[in-house]
Order: sequence, then structure tokens, then C-alpha cells
Amino acid sequence: MASTLQADAVVDLAAPRPHGGWIAASVDFSRRRPLGAIGAVIVVIMIAVALTARLIAPYDPLAIDFGAMLAAPSATHWLGTDAFGRDVLSRIIYGSETALVVGFTAAFVGATAGAVLGVGSAYFGGKIDLVVQRIMDIFISFPLIILALAMVAILGNNLPNLITAITIPMIPRCALVIRSSALSVREMPYVDAARAAGFSHSRIILRHMLPNVMAPYLILLTAFLGQAILLEASLSFLGLGVQEPTPAWGLMLSGAAVEFAEKAPWMAIFPGIAISLAVFAFNLFGDSLRDALDPKLRSL
Amino acid sequence: MWQFILKRFLLMIPTLLGVAAVIFLLLRIIPGDVVEAKYMSGEGQGQSAVVIAAERAKLGLDKPVWHQFGIWVWGLLHLDLGVSMWTGSPITEEIELRFALSLQVALMATVFATLLALPLGVIAALKQDTWVDYAVRVFSIAGLAMPSFWLGILMILFFLILFQWVPPMVYTPFWVDPWQNMLQLIWPALAVGYRYSAVATRMTRSSMLEVLREDYIRTAYAKGLWLKLILVRHALKNAMLPVITVIGLEFAFLLGGLVVTEQVFNLNGLGLLFVQAIARRDYTLTQSLVLLVASAFIFVNFVMDVMYAWIDPRIRY
Repeated sequence: MASTLQADAVVDLAAPRPHGGWIAASVDFSRRRPLGAIGAVIVVIMIAVALTARLIAPYDPLAIDFGAMLAAPSATHWLGTDAFGRDVLSRIIYGSETALVVGFTAAFVGATAGAVLGVGSAYFGGKIDLVVQRIMDIFISFPLIILALAMVAILGNNLPNLITAITIPMIPRCALVIRSSALSVREMPYVDAARAAGFSHSRIILRHMLPNVMAPYLILLTAFLGQAILLEASLSFLGLGVQEPTPAWGLMLSGAAVEFAEKAPWMAIFPGIAISLAVFAFNLFGDSLRDALDPKLRSL
Repeated sequence: MWQFILKRFLLMIPTLLGVAAVIFLLLRIIPGDVVEAKYMSGEGQGQSAVVIAAERAKLGLDKPVWHQFGIWVWGLLHLDLGVSMWTGSPITEEIELRFALSLQVALMATVFATLLALPLGVIAALKQDTWVDYAVRVFSIAGLAMPSFWLGILMILFFLILFQWVPPMVYTPFWVDPWQNMLQLIWPALAVGYRYSAVATRMTRSSMLEVLREDYIRTAYAKGLWLKLILVRHALKNAMLPVITVIGLEFAFLLGGLVVTEQVFNLNGLGLLFVQAIARRDYTLTQSLVLLVASAFIFVNFVMDVMYAWIDPRIRY
């Protein structure tokens, strides 16, 4: 019985309800938290742009046009062209695909793995908890970018490896926060009941405890989304992330953008705006989500 | 109290040892080593296997991994970081100047961030849910969103287009020419400082909001205390701990985490050194750098824990 109730709770959080409840909740959320609603709208627009990149981009992002090198923004090239005559707007549109794929995958996998580790650590307690916490302490002592750089060096830099490199530093940060929430969940009577009913450890962790740390999990998830996009941009800027000619925002800022900054400032300005706007939107939404879900939870 | 401090201090040792072990192993997993990196590019190409093996033996790379780790940790215990595998000069020498540069930028960024964050955070908390609060929040979220390396590019662009001027690209130590030195380092400090201040502003705001709801603040109001006195002596003082914590942690990370911004301003700091060292598979140098930054972080954490316990008698671990 307890398990079906829990399963329902998971479904409730994961999928929009078909009959109005979800819409009403969104309207309520926007009215009370206008900043969060603005963030959500930008996120939705960005996802739409990324999904329809092939339809809305005016040019092929890889098409080199030496006749239009470093062209200023005009009616034909709205945001100008880069050192190879590639259309900046089209590259930004396609770049949103890269940014969102990296952002969503890294944030989702990182937060989920961290949540499972954190809940597991809290559930088993004792020696296991101590060992897991010490290991997390060790990994947290590395600055995000340094750990990611080391990971890229080990894995090599194609897109899946880049995502892995960004995901790994997120895991301990999430595990730490989720563990502290899970500690109180462990003391709940329904966990005892589940144990008394003879459920397996993994079932109790995944279906009874995990759904009850959803609030911090969702907050971390949105925070990680922005961080993952920033990290990808930083790595690509250093030349250690996404490789040419794949369109990616960080990559567009490196090399020629700085070299030709005076002659063609649009090359440096617009991709940076894209990065900032994306991270800004995720953070704005995440912030309001935090306020809405748990007013007592501190800033991460 | 002393017992707690000692216990907490000793707890740093396994963490540091763990960091040392993790970075040591990570580096050994990275394909290639320093000898390969040296001979695969440039003039040394096509060296015979004998020469390469001899070179490896000279650097101790032919020994089993646990043995190499033992040598390194033994050196650390004697405060000896060893020599760089690439250049052969002592690591303290390699790090010295760059550390001075990174430290200066980090310090300047901290001062800037603190000066900006405290008033903004307090005002936002006092005027919660008004347009002032919204403006501060948008300003600080924007700070989190803008990559500091992009902010750096924008600054350079701005100076270039408006004043036909670029910040000096060659490092002058502060004691040689303070003006020239500031002229170069103030910009990266501002670029990273904005993000830094955003983190601190948000923490100040949420911490103040929490404290302002406490009973003792209401009591202070009820006593008819002067508003300014309540804010400074009762509220701010109690709200500061988490703020100091994030400032401390950010500072520790800033030392080594400037990697990308340094690139933009052509600064030869610890971050650039780290990227170089990893590309060259310079194990000893990379290990030392990571350990340096991690120790700073772990030490700040230790100091914060002790301060918490000292200030708040309810906390005992």
C-alpha cells in the first residue's frame, strides 16, 4: 500500500497533470513570482529555438563565405559574420542546441547520481555514511573547473566525454545537500514501516526516500543547469571543450573573437549575451522555485 | 573547545591525503606522460626508445605507482614539493611569482565583492519583495550568469573602442611600479569580482532575512532601540557568519579557479600554469598546484567550523 502511494507521488512531481491543475499552478506561480515566470519563459523560448534550429536558422552554421568575412550586422546577416564569413546568428541558434544538450544531461545525471548517493549515505548511516562523506569532502576540495579540466584531459574531448567531465564535479556537491535533507527523512515512521514490511534497501531508497527530497533536488537541478552551461562555455573557450567547427557559444568567443575584437566586436558580444541570457534564465527560475518550494532553504 | 579544535584539525589530514591520492591517480590515468609530451613535439621528435626510457628512469616514472606516491608524500612531509618534471627547476620557484599575482587579484576581487555585497544584500533584505529587492536580485543573478571571461573581453573592447587603450599585458610586480601594476590587475579583479559579489550578496540577503525574523530582533524593536543599532549590532552581526563562509570559500577557489579569466587578460597566474602543466603532463607541478588550492579550501573550511563553534555555543560536533 505504502509503495503505491509513493509511486503516485513520483508521478505527480514528474509529469504535468492533464486536467488543469498544472496550468492553474503555473498561473499562480507567475503571479506570485514574476521574476521566476520571466526566467521560465526565456527557458521555454530557448528550448523551442534549439529544437527548431534547422528550421529557423537563416544560414548553414558551418557554411564558410569568404566574400562576407567579418561583415557587420546588416539585413542579410542580422548579427554579422565571423572570420570565416559564417553567420553569427545561425551559429548562436545551433549553439543553443549544444549548450542545452550539455546543460540538461550534465545537470540531470549529476544531480540524480548525487541524490542517490546522498540518500543512500543518509539511509545506511554509520560507517558507510562516514566513508562516503569523506570521499565527497575530497572531491569538493577541487575547484569545479580544475576537476573538469583534469577529466577532459583523461577522457579526451568529444561531446559525450565533455558532458561526463562536467557531470562528475556536480555529483559530490549535490550529494552533500541531499544527504542533509535525507537525514531527517530517514527518521520518518514510513521508512521504518517500509523496512518492517521487508522491502529491499534499494526500493526504500529509490521509492520512499528519494521522492521526499524532491524540493532540494529540483533546486539543485536548476542551479546545475546554469553552472553546466557556464562550465561548457569556459572549457570550450579554453579550446578544451567542444571543437571547431561545431557551433558552441564558448567556442565562438575564443580565438578570432578576441583577435578581431576591435574590427568585429559583434563576434565577441552576441555569443556572450546568449550564454548570459541562458544562465540568467535558469537561475531566475531556479531562485523562484527555491522560494516557492522551501523558504527556509538557504542559498546554494 | 580545544579538544574540538584539535579533533577538527586532525580531520583535515585524511582529506588532504585523499586529495593528494586522487590527483596523483587522475594524472596517471591521463594518457601520455611528460617524456612523451616533450618528445612528441618540436625538436626532440623521433628520439630512440633507449633515450626515452632513460629519461623516464631519471624522473622516476619507471617505478611502481605506489612507490612514486610514497616518494611524493614523503617529500610533502618535509615541506619539499620537488622539482618540475618539465623545466627541472624547483616547484616553489615556479609557483612563487604566479602565486603573488593570483593572490593579489583574489584579494582585490574580495575587497571589491565585499564592499558591494554587504550594503546590497542588507538593503534587499530590508526591502524584501519591493522593486529595490527585485533590482538587487536581478543584478546579482546577472552576475552569476555572465561568464567572467566574457566580462573581461567586454572591458577590453570598451577601452579599445572608446579610449583606444588596452590594459598593460605585461606583469609588473606591485613593489616595482604600483600604478602600472594596478592598471593591469584591477580589471580582472573587477571581472571576477562581480560574480563573487553576486554570490555574497545573495548569501547576505537570505541570511539577513532569516535573522530579521528572530525573536531577539523583535525584542530589540520592542525595547524601542534605534533602528540603525538593531541592524548593525543585532542583525548584521548574527547574519555575517554564512556570508564570511562563502566569501572565504570563494576566495580559496579564486586562487586556482581564475583559469579562464587569466587567459583573457594574458595574466601569467596559477590558473594558466595549471593548464600548461596538465598539457605537458608535468605531474609534480600539477599535483602541487592542485594540492595548494585544495589546502586553501580545506583550511578555510576548518577556520569557519572553528569560528562557528566559537561564536555559537550551541554548535558542538
